[in-house]
Amino acid sequence: MVRYFFKRLGMMLIAMFFIILLTFVIMHSIPGGPFTSDKKVSPAIEEAMNEKYHLDDPLPKQFMDYLGNVLRGDFGPSYKYPGKTVNEFIEDGFPVSAKLGGITIIFVLLAAIPMGILAAVKNGKWQDTLMMALATIGVTIPSFVIASILIYLFSYKLSLLPSYGLDSWKGYILPVIALGGYSISYIARLMRSSLLEVLGQDYIRTARAKGLTEHQIVIRHALRNALIPVITVLGPTIANLLTGSFVVEKIFAIPGLGVHFVDSVTQRDYTTIMGVTVFYATFLMAMTLLVDLFYCLIDPRIKYD
Amino acid sequence: MSDKILSIDNLNISFMTSNGEVQAVRGVSFDVHKGEIVGLVGESGSGKSVTCMSILRLLADTAVIREGTIRFEDEELTRVSKAEMRSIRGDKISMVFQDPMSSLNPLIKVGKQVEEIIRIHYPKKTKEQLYQETLELFRKVRIPEPEKRFHSYPHEFSGGMRQRVMIAMALANRPDLLIADEPTTALDVTIQDQILKEMRTLRSDYGTSIIFITHDLGVVAELCDRVEVMYGGMIMEQAPIDDIFENPKHPYTLGLLSSIPDVTQDKSKRLVPIPGSPPDMTNPPKGCPFAPRCPYARNICANEIPEFYTIDENHSSRCWLLDEEAPLEDNPFRT
Repeated sequence: MVRYFFKRLGMMLIAMFFIILLTFVIMHSIPGGPFTSDKKVSPAIEEAMNEKYHLDDPLPKQFMDYLGNVLRGDFGPSYKYPGKTVNEFIEDGFPVSAKLGGITIIFVLLAAIPMGILAAVKNGKWQDTLMMALATIGVTIPSFVIASILIYLFSYKLSLLPSYGLDSWKGYILPVIALGGYSISYIARLMRSSLLEVLGQDYIRTARAKGLTEHQIVIRHALRNALIPVITVLGPTIANLLTGSFVVEKIFAIPGLGVHFVDSVTQRDYTTIMGVTVFYATFLMAMTLLVDLFYCLIDPRIKYD
Repeated sequence: MSDKILSIDNLNISFMTSNGEVQAVRGVSFDVHKGEIVGLVGESGSGKSVTCMSILRLLADTAVIREGTIRFEDEELTRVSKAEMRSIRGDKISMVFQDPMSSLNPLIKVGKQVEEIIRIHYPKKTKEQLYQETLELFRKVRIPEPEKRFHSYPHEFSGGMRQRVMIAMALANRPDLLIADEPTTALDVTIQDQILKEMRTLRSDYGTSIIFITHDLGVVAELCDRVEVMYGGMIMEQAPIDDIFENPKHPYTLGLLSSIPDVTQDKSKRLVPIPGSPPDMTNPPKGCPFAPRCPYARNICANEIPEFYTIDENHSSRCWLLDEEAPLEDNPFRT
């Protein structure tokens, strides 16, 4: 187990190196740079800027310098917002995104798992049809549409909830629904199909032959088995939700990390692109590792080493 | 062996499928007496498993009991409430299934799975009692090092050991009736033999009645007191074990017997398979279901289902060849 953990850690470092390399190469191959703009900038100024940020160095040297800085935990200054560092973006934005994301995850789990269980247990009945209709809507409608409809209804028409910001607990309601809508639907469907499959297994028939009630069968024998595929998708889902969503944060004007994922690219803010990518990748890999270790706890058949 | 503990009468079960109604069991009747081991023999799709699953009402929702009664001790099992059914399952009647590999929950320790069946029926027993009883059961079915094995998971067991766990589970509450649905089919022959021994010990120690489902007449010969031969959802012949082997009265039984390999037999003699395949039960044949494959079939066989002909008090068979008017020529049963 400990050996496995360190092996995985080593593999993560290798993967990280290639993620940084690829992002770096692709980023530099896009036309334009951080100081290209619509306004006419004199070549002398552009040259001075490039020199200040070492953008005139050969690419391999820039890459090695960057790698060295990342190893020291320094993501460098933002090229677009003078005086700000990428570390500051992450330190300011991540707690906001993570709080919203954390609440969303709890909401997703509390809604999706019971929905999936209900649909599976009532397979073919109206409860199943209703749950799966809701889940299909949730999977197919993009979050910006859901967000717009929610704002139109609850903020504009009913004036019940704020349409932006996270100043009070009320501010969280709409973003959480918009952010979690897809995950709820996806996980509810997964939970349903996984539980249905487990309920058809031979050991469930054994449990029935023992004299257990259907309730006991689901709780004691089916649920843990059915949760395994759900836990698999939970890793990336948690990483995505905690690091923030560009769309939802834009619409609700939330000062989180998600906004930087897209803005940094359109602005060619090289260090920010690299910084948020490295941060997200690390987070995703850590969550995946966590999930893999968690399997050990739930399934005795899985043993590492 | 006088007191009946189970009595199935004119049982008819259908499955409602998108291709129409599958008549899996048609007019099955038989009794099981106290301490008796009854073999239910037939090939896949003959309705033997469906008959047995219906005793504990473990059939899928698509199955419908069209007609018939299943009396167990003083209760009519087709009519008892769900709660009553649950109190019978695993306590008075228990079951051992075919595939021990998939019949145990992979995430729960085997000891805990055995304890559970005792606990749900006798919730007043203490943890220590449950634990000790489970160890005793493990010893009974000869699982070595029971204290250590209690904490193992199913994947750490071989197929034979898992089937022992299943048997331990089935015996836990000393059932009056044990239904064993091909418990040895998935195991290799040496393990098969050990499991059959356990079954025999069980009967002699506890007086448990057993319904043993199998397609293997060799297993039947070793274990059973009486045999019900099923085909096409019907019982074709019922007889004490000796009569089945020495005085079979149905062409299907003859066919099954000649397809048993015999090690003492001349190697140049080939096994005789029964030609053809079992009937399609969405549209069962009008007459005897075995007629299309029967070497002795006559016109009447394809048109009318024969009733049971009594050979003696314990032996009867559904075959037109036993009729008084059946021709004597080319007739294996009447000379």
